[in-house]
Amino acid sequence: MSGTKSVAKRVVVGSATTAGRGLVLGLTAIVGSITLFVLSVVSIALILIGIGVFTTPYVLTAVRMHANRRRLLAATWSDVKIPIPYRPMPADLRTGVTGQVERTTLMLKDPATWRDLGWLMVDMTAGATVALLSMGLFVYPLEGLVLAAGLWRVFEDDAYWYGFVPVDSQLTGLFAAAFGAGMFAVGLRYANDIQRGYFLLARAMLAPDHDQQLAQRVAHLTETRHDAVDTSAAELRRIERDLHDGAQARLVAMGMDLGTIEALIEKNPAKAKELIANARKSSAEALTELRDLVRGIHPPVLAERGLGDAVKALALRLPVETDVQVDLPGRADAPVESAAYFAVSEILTNAIKHSNADRVWIDMTYAESMLRITVGDNGGGGATIGGGTGLSGLERRLGTFDGILAVSSPAGGPTMVTVEIPCELS
Amino acid sequence: MRVVLAEDLFLLRDGLVRMLEAYDFEVLAAVETGPELTKAFAELRPDVAVVDVRLPPSHTDEGLQCALAARRDRPGLPVLVLSQHVEQLYARELLADGNGGIGYLLKDRVFDADQFIDAVRRVAGGGTAMDPQVIQQLLSRRTQDKPIGQLTPREREVMELMAQGRSNAAIAAQLVVTERAVSKHTSNIFGKLGLPVSDDDNRRVLAVIAYLDRGQQ
Repeated sequence: MSGTKSVAKRVVVGSATTAGRGLVLGLTAIVGSITLFVLSVVSIALILIGIGVFTTPYVLTAVRMHANRRRLLAATWSDVKIPIPYRPMPADLRTGVTGQVERTTLMLKDPATWRDLGWLMVDMTAGATVALLSMGLFVYPLEGLVLAAGLWRVFEDDAYWYGFVPVDSQLTGLFAAAFGAGMFAVGLRYANDIQRGYFLLARAMLAPDHDQQLAQRVAHLTETRHDAVDTSAAELRRIERDLHDGAQARLVAMGMDLGTIEALIEKNPAKAKELIANARKSSAEALTELRDLVRGIHPPVLAERGLGDAVKALALRLPVETDVQVDLPGRADAPVESAAYFAVSEILTNAIKHSNADRVWIDMTYAESMLRITVGDNGGGGATIGGGTGLSGLERRLGTFDGILAVSSPAGGPTMVTVEIPCELS
Repeated sequence: MRVVLAEDLFLLRDGLVRMLEAYDFEVLAAVETGPELTKAFAELRPDVAVVDVRLPPSHTDEGLQCALAARRDRPGLPVLVLSQHVEQLYARELLADGNGGIGYLLKDRVFDADQFIDAVRRVAGGGTAMDPQVIQQLLSRRTQDKPIGQLTPREREVMELMAQGRSNAAIAAQLVVTERAVSKHTSNIFGKLGLPVSDDDNRRVLAVIAYLDRGQQ
């Protein structure tokens, strides 16, 4: 019994939810899309007499928010992902009238704006119809039931058309109920698909076309290439400075010592011996400095063993308890390994420096062409990507590899940083 | 004493051969690649081998892998591993079989010929030679460790030298104290760390290293 009950409950809740969603989509499609479309057209037309310059950015922003809400619902309700194609606004936009003109021009030049307007037209007509249909499949059967239950009496003289059933008696009322039940069954089976259809229609109108996608890709690549060049130039400067101030200076000192030793060796053997010890110390220091430098350029364990063992070796150098789990079926390309290694190293440095953690764990896995590294700690939390922290630099550097960085760090901890880099293993 | 040497850099290989010969070692072979080293292990059966971690043709940790493989075939085969860098990860792998006769040193240590040759002899005799940096790294992770905090500075010094594999006599010479004083320190150390006292020098070393490396605190 309870089984039947729970099935019934599921059917009622499920159909109510779907019907509700259909209503929301239909209403917002009609009210929202029509209003925004009219406002957009009027505002753009008013640019001719100047007023439009001030209203258009606001109206178009509202359109974008409207479309973005649809994108969100598409993803949460029907698992349809609609990419966001808007070009980013430059950060250094001027204020006042010129800024407003600039903003309007930029928005009107963005092909995504025109696709939005096209979508509004489709959404308030075909979209609204489809959305309301998905709701009607649940609501209309109710009317059939009411008719069968007695409402038919009202129409005894003049038949009421329920669907294709002329209702004027108990019998035809029952027909109507049966027809409604059939429709309800159809609704249970297909309403979700119809709503999905609605979102697919929206995607067809809203998703960036091929040209836009290419343009976005080019913009992304230009930006990351810029970052990559900057980063490697900064790296080279650092290496140059380290060599210049470190190993190079030590070797100069050693050469000088050796010269003095040559001059002193017969006159003052004791002094010469002291200088020999000096020279040896300089050479040992030069080696230590070179070793540290090498570790910063390309850690030896990474070259010898690959990413997994390199991170294990790194973890062994940390002052806190660190648990490393590695599940990698092969080795990635050297640049990816190196980027991943330094990403982990930087995240660990951050964790040790800022979080007061006494436990750290690292998890590295590979699935679906994606290298995924998670670094967690039990420290105080509050880590963010922005605000000039090391993590924003890291995010930019990972961008070169189309990698992404995600940080979850509520105040009070724990912190979890995830890095994902698309790559192939060999 | 018969020794096999594997090192791919000509200058260092040449220098090591000359140094070893100057200290009356018989250098059976001085090879430069991993496969040659494996062959030398099998055919020449040296008393001790001095091996660079990174060797051609792969330029990965080929030397280390050859040494570990040879020790699996001949447990306790004395091998002294040299490297431009020391890693606890590798030290653990070398010490894992608990057989002794193992050394792991930075290449810089060849600067001090006497100490280096002492390390080779110690390894050949079944002892241990761990680079001071390995021990330092192990100790730096244990700043919170109570028993280690109870050691006096002198005892700590003695423990570091002991963990490197030095004998009581060598420790006494280095710290300019008597051997009796050193053995008193060592028994204090073992007492404070709660380790079983052992007469066997090498077991004692391995016990201390294992203590330092134990489950990361």
